[in-house]
Amino acid sequence: MSALKSAPLLEVRHLRVEFPTRQGTLLALDDISFEIAPGEVLGVVGESGAGKSLTGAAIIGLLEPPGRIAGGEILLEGQRIDNLPYEQMRAIRGRRIGAIFQDPLTSLNPLYTIGRQLTETIQTHLPVGAEEARQRAIRLLQETGIQAAEQRFEQYPHQFSGGMRQRVVIALALAAEPKLIVADEPTTALDVSIQAQIIALLKRLCKDHGAAVMLVTHDMGVIAETCDRVAVLYAGRVAEIGPVHEVINQPSHPYTVGLMGSIPAMDEDRPRLLQIDGAMPRLNAIPAGCAFNPRCPQVFDRCRRERPDLMPARATQAACWLVGQGHAP
Amino acid sequence: MTALVEVTDLAKTFEVSAPWLNRVLEGRPRQFVRAVDGVSFSIQPGRTLALVGESGCGKSTVARLLVGLYDPSRGKVQFGGQDTATIQGAELRTLRRRMQMIFQDPFASLNPRWRVQDIIAEPLLEHGLVASDEVMKDKVGELLRSVGLAAADREKFPHQFSGGQRQRISIARALATQPEFLVCDEPTSALDVSVQAQVLNIMKDLQRERGLTYLFISHNLAVVRHVADEVGVMYLGRLVELSPKRELFSAPRHPYTRMLLDAIPDIHMTGRARTPVQGEVPNPLSPPAGCAFHPRCPHANARCSSERPQLKAIQGIQVACHAVEEGRI
Repeated sequence: MSALKSAPLLEVRHLRVEFPTRQGTLLALDDISFEIAPGEVLGVVGESGAGKSLTGAAIIGLLEPPGRIAGGEILLEGQRIDNLPYEQMRAIRGRRIGAIFQDPLTSLNPLYTIGRQLTETIQTHLPVGAEEARQRAIRLLQETGIQAAEQRFEQYPHQFSGGMRQRVVIALALAAEPKLIVADEPTTALDVSIQAQIIALLKRLCKDHGAAVMLVTHDMGVIAETCDRVAVLYAGRVAEIGPVHEVINQPSHPYTVGLMGSIPAMDEDRPRLLQIDGAMPRLNAIPAGCAFNPRCPQVFDRCRRERPDLMPARATQAACWLVGQGHAP
Repeated sequence: MTALVEVTDLAKTFEVSAPWLNRVLEGRPRQFVRAVDGVSFSIQPGRTLALVGESGCGKSTVARLLVGLYDPSRGKVQFGGQDTATIQGAELRTLRRRMQMIFQDPFASLNPRWRVQDIIAEPLLEHGLVASDEVMKDKVGELLRSVGLAAADREKFPHQFSGGQRQRISIARALATQPEFLVCDEPTSALDVSVQAQVLNIMKDLQRERGLTYLFISHNLAVVRHVADEVGVMYLGRLVELSPKRELFSAPRHPYTRMLLDAIPDIHMTGRARTPVQGEVPNPLSPPAGCAFHPRCPHANARCSSERPQLKAIQGIQVACHAVEEGRI
């Protein structure tokens, strides 16, 4: 945890993202705050619609209109990046923040060779000549474990398998030596055996290149293996955040407790899985107070009236009134 | 006890050739994919057999062959002692009533223009199982309640439900004809973990109450471990290991099974270093000679690359591997 003491690489403060619609404004992210230290791997986990991908998109400045940042700040190495004009943000994307998306086929251009896409990225962001860019690109491909990199350099994305394509995407994300990689479900489209390879690769390369990672995924297993800290998102808010081991083994928020209990475990037999009844609220019907209160087994009056902020719990920080009352689960 | 479902040497070949004109003009050969290639297993009444494997291993094809959505290219399926290929007419209708299927995507498997009432009543009408509209209404309400929904939900349309609720509607529809055998093709893969837990719990409860027999197709080994009694592991259209759940998870025999088990991230083992297996699943159009797994197998020798191993009972577990048979591993 020594990394945490240095100045944070990325700071997200009270981020709000909203979508104006004809039926009213939907608040998709509501007061999200967290930090990522240099070289740290932060996991962002949650169910569909919790806002985890949106958080990533807001950081790299790729929110789909009409979505917009309605409040809060995003700071990269102390500099605000949430209000930059398009051209300035473009210079940061790829150079200082790299991105990896879920589907490797749609993040590569099918009409250009892998080599062209890599050298273009390198030359856009770094002052190097064509030959040096080529050498760098081939070295990156070799680092990602692509065999016969010089031949494959000339090939098109369709000539690669899914796992190989994701390796190319990782090489692209690292091409300009960014300080931060935002990886949005990088292994969800892959088979388990390939997933293990890609996760190991991502972890090793980011460590070698000194890049911090914000890893967005719904897979708790991937989080457990890869991350230093994890933030659990629920209905556009951070429910709990803390070191990964503590969040998994000593969760304080009832949602985290339920989420962990509902995952079938490999090392124990249970006749039934713990289940959280109901489903996450839609954005147009987020309940007052704590967003989790209609599904919470330990709900009491205050939860329905007042919204809890993150507060120090046993081993983590949790947004739950039970923690404030001192009788957490 | 006799098996409810008995599958012998089942195979399905799909033609993937170029169009006739291209074949004639360009001299291209006809091409076939052996999606399922000689699979045999049996399921006892009231038990759950799970088939696991990566994309393209043929597990969904087996499911579709079993319920008759595909005709087998070779081999036979016996249901309750009868060969399903020879059954015709009224007997075939009875057979259809006794086996039902639940599909992966609850957004694609329910007609968006039909009310839930009509969706669940269709199999009842099709098989002439209800005498009057009144009985039908009661029956649909009862089915909805059995999967944890309200009887009043029968008036709604599928889009008014979440993914987990839709999957419950699919289960209610499958249960309408009071089948003995349910084929579940990745029933929870499209769902979030907390919702997956709800659906898995319902499926287990229903099995206990009604004595249902399941064929459960999944790529998620943790889910399989939770629901299955026996597990079959498939690789490129063939079963490589078939054994009781406990043996498979505590002492996997086939190198591919070992690799799959090693590839799953474990949420309670934070920071565990795994050694991901190299390589990817080969192209099913030109599978390797001998054992299909030999290019990725750490124990492969000359025999593995030339002679295809058969599924054999070794110490009570069925496994298709030369190395296990010779006692090398």
